[in-house]
Parts: sequence; C-alpha cells; structure tokens
Amino acid sequence: MLFCFSCENESINKYVATPSKLSIPKLFEDNILAPIIPVDNPQTIEGVALGKKLFFDSILSVNNTQACADCHAPENAFTDSDRFSDGVDGILGNRNSMPLFNLAWNYDEKFFWDGNTFSLEHQAFVPVTDPIEMKSTWTEVEQKLEQHPEYPLLFEKAFGTSKIDSTLVTKAIAQFERTLISANSKFDRFLLGEGELTPQELNGFNVFMDETKGDCFHCHGSDKNPLWTDNIFHNNGLDETFTDLGLGAVTGDPADNGKFKSPSLRNLAFTAPYMHDGRFTTIEDVINHYSEGLKNSSTIDPLMKKVAQGGVGLSDKDKVDLKAFLLSLSDHDFVKNN
Amino acid sequence: MKRIVSLIFVFLCIGLTSCSEDNDDKVSLTNVTFNFSHNWDEIPITNSDFNTIKFTNAHGNQLSIERLRYLISKITFYKIDGSTTVLDGYNLVDVTNNENLSFTPTTFLTTGSYSDVTFTFGFNNEDNSNNYEDLNSALWSVPAILGSGYHYMQLDGKFLNKTGTEQGFNYHAIRAVDNPGANPTFPQDTFFNVSLGAITISNNATFNIEMNIAKWFKNPKTWDLNILNQTLMPNSAAQIMMFEYGQDVFNLKTVNQ
Repeated sequence: MLFCFSCENESINKYVATPSKLSIPKLFEDNILAPIIPVDNPQTIEGVALGKKLFFDSILSVNNTQACADCHAPENAFTDSDRFSDGVDGILGNRNSMPLFNLAWNYDEKFFWDGNTFSLEHQAFVPVTDPIEMKSTWTEVEQKLEQHPEYPLLFEKAFGTSKIDSTLVTKAIAQFERTLISANSKFDRFLLGEGELTPQELNGFNVFMDETKGDCFHCHGSDKNPLWTDNIFHNNGLDETFTDLGLGAVTGDPADNGKFKSPSLRNLAFTAPYMHDGRFTTIEDVINHYSEGLKNSSTIDPLMKKVAQGGVGLSDKDKVDLKAFLLSLSDHDFVKNN
Repeated sequence: MKRIVSLIFVFLCIGLTSCSEDNDDKVSLTNVTFNFSHNWDEIPITNSDFNTIKFTNAHGNQLSIERLRYLISKITFYKIDGSTTVLDGYNLVDVTNNENLSFTPTTFLTTGSYSDVTFTFGFNNEDNSNNYEDLNSALWSVPAILGSGYHYMQLDGKFLNKTGTEQGFNYHAIRAVDNPGANPTFPQDTFFNVSLGAITISNNATFNIEMNIAKWFKNPKTWDLNILNQTLMPNSAAQIMMFEYGQDVFNLKTVNQ
C-alpha cells in the first residue's frame, strides 16, 4: 500500500519533459551501434531547445561577449575557421577548435583532441570556466541565468525546476549537441543509391581504401562506418619532437606522447584549418603530409606507412582524386540547417 | 516469443535436474566462459608490456607490440554421437585496451561428455559475409576492393630493421585475396578452426585459452619482418603464411568447473 502510495505520489509530482528521439540516419542505423544517450539525460524537445539557446548565448561568458558558437560556428560545421580561437580576453588557445557533429556516436565518450574529458555533459563544463575561453565562474553563470527574464521558465520546462545549476546547463547543451547529426553528403547519397559519384571521386575512394596507396581506412573508417573516424588517439607523424604531448599529458604515459584524436573526415569543405593545431590550411597540405611529409618519432603509429620515405608517395592524380572523394563527404545541408 | 519458449525450456530443465538428483544420467544447462590470455614463449604478456621493443622473434627480429585485436567465432561442442552445439556470438579480443578478454556466450550448454570443442579464428566465409554493427563501429571491416568481410587479427608494432631503425609492422590477417579491385578472387580460406580437445562438462565451465604470440613468427619457417612488415592485406601469399603460422598459436591451458 505504502509502495503504491509513494509510486502514486512520485508519478503526480515528477515533471517529465517531452521525449524527443534522435533522428538516426539510415546508414547509421544499418551499420553502426546505437548512439550513447545517458539515462540521466534523455533527449527532450524542451531540453534541446534550451541547449540550443544556451549554445548561441554569450551569457555563459564572464563579460557576455562570447558564446559556444563563436568558436563552433554552424557554417564551419561547428568549428572555427581560425587556426586558434581567441577567448574573452583575446588570448589564443594552442589547439584548433574541434568540429561538432555525430558526437553521440563517440562510443568511448572521450572528448577534446587529447580525450581529457569523459562524456559530452562534462565536456560542456570546461570552456565556461577556462581562463582563456569564457573565463566565467559557474556561480556567476547560474546567477545570470536565474535573473534572466526567459531562462528560469525554459529550465522549468526542460527539467521541471527553475533552480538553475551547472549540471542542468551542461545537460541541456549536451542534448542540443547530440542533435547535430551530419549524414547527408554526396557520398552518403551514393551509398543509399540516391546519387552518383564522378570517376574521380570513385578513384579517390579506392585510393582511400587501398592499403598500397592511401590506407586511410584503418583510422578513418570506410563505407561501413559513416562516422569516418575511429575516435581513437594516434601519432600521425606530424613532428619528431613534441611541444604538445596530447594524450600523453592526460595519461602520463610517454607511449601516448604526440597522440591526438582522429577527427572525422566529414565536412572537410567547412572545417579548415586541419590537425589538432590547425597547421595545415588546405586539404592538399594534409594529403601531402601523408604522402611525403611524415616525421618519425618513438610514438608514431605503426599504421603510418613508409615513414622512412616520408609517406605513401601518392601520384599527383591519386592526390587530386583523393581530395575529390574527401570533399564528397561534406554535408552542405548540415551547415545550412543548423 | 522465442525468449519465452527458451525460458520455459530452461525452467523445465532446471526442474528436471532438481527432481532427479539421484539419477546418474541427469542433464542440466550450464554457462561456459572463455578467458583469453597471452604470452611470448610462456612469458605472460598484458598490454602493460606493449610499446617497448622487448621481444625477439624466431628470425631474430627485435620487436614491440602496440596493438593486438583478434576475432574468434563459432564456438562448437561436438558430441560423440555426431551432434553439435554451436554457441551464439563471436568475440573481438582487444588486448590493447584490455577488453573482451573474457567471453560468455548467451547459449546454454548441456552437461555431458564432448569429443571436441573448437572455435574459429576469424570468421568462416559465410559469417564473414554478414554485416556486424559492433565490428563496423570498431573499424574492423575489410575494404570491398580487398574482398569485404572483416579482419581476423590486427597485430601492430615496431621492429628494428636492418639499419637498426624502428619501423612499423602490421600483421593483419584477413581472408586471402587476389586481384584486389572490383572483382577480387580468393585463392584459399585463411580462417582456421582451433581444436581444444575432449571435455566432460559437469558444471559451469571456464576455458582458459592462451595465445603464444611468438608462434605467429615461428612455424613452419621463421617470419622475417624485414621482408614482410606492412601492406600485407592485399598480399595473398602473406595471408596464407599467416594461416600456416597461426595453426598452433592457441592452446587450452586449463578448464575450471
């Protein structure tokens, strides 16, 4: 009886926002595991809407000058076209802003170039208080949001409370970020039988998949994995010595020095510059790196081929075709519609 | 519906067992677990031994291991009367990340005597043609130009080459393929079955299986990493060699029950 009573009370008092299932693209549904959605932060219509508003609102920064979207711009597939982003004081970081899409399929849930943060919710905590990014404090942010004419009601709708705290802010932002799904590139449509590729793009795909040529698939996946990344950390031969230890600084293991997360190859048309430090301004630069520019070091990934010769040595034609294929992974609707 | 039928069957079997304690021919359902451990010529290895050049293969190449993943599938129990029980599922052993070193199939096994227990290293050709979401997510698939399907093993590391320089190697086992491209052909099967021998299952059983990694380089000849180190997937001769070298790498250490 007591049990029934308490259940009844809970069901009466507990506010539930409107569930909003992620729209999972067919290629994802058919080929890879389901996205990661925490049980304590289900997707809701109100939560996503709140997260989107917060993402684009400079209220999260100390002086109300910087929003998440300033370094993660929709037109750049939610990254920054600058090599390094500047924070509220104009101080530059030392890594290129990461693009944001298909984040719910990062199965290990390690975020940032060096994987220093577990879960999308925890990731959203970081920039707000980073002294060279938004430079705020959560106490200040919570006060500003609670005094705002709209936010208390939006939090009420999303989470059933107008008591705003950092956990709810980051939950809302994470819900929004999980809706940033990119799956409508020319190559996607080709795989779905809804479009054709040019002979150049097709040859580029073969270069990508050919272990004697590009051998890109071991880290960046294939037509069987629409993420185009393994979300794992590799030293891809950028440097002989490291000024930025990457994963090694996180784990403390020298064997991880110089390792950074493989980024997705989707949306390269919008995400320049490339690599963790944005050192390459063009896709040609990136291809030339793997073809002739590899630098040996103790932690270089053994998947890097022909390191002594500088790389795999692609022909000029294969380079051009590979670029054409890579650009076919760009999703123009994604940058227009978000 | 299938699940309900299975549950009824399980309950019936449990019931039968509990009602026939004095019956010597009782049959009950058990779980079997397969643990995978690794050694280099009897010296145990875990991922803490990775990333350092500390091993020497039979050819004399000094090498490190940086990544080791392999697939086993189709665990099969053979009865003397010819009947077989194939346990559902497959297991991608990931030594690098210490994942899936223990595998408990969902299929129950009846107690009794079995004339042999086997598993497949990799996938047989039929299983290799299916689509597996978890393996695709783990970037385990093989490009269509190399015959499609999935890797059987990825053993990556570095060795000291003839000039004394560290050089990468990728000992990747797949289905051997010729004529990479639009119409690849397959010279011979390169998955293989590993026999664990006869066993009497009386209770929940744990099979402790070990892989001697050194044997991937040892028998029938010695594998020289200076000659065969990278780009081995489209090299059908190398794939057939891996098939040959792999025949005795697995060993059943113990069975606990």
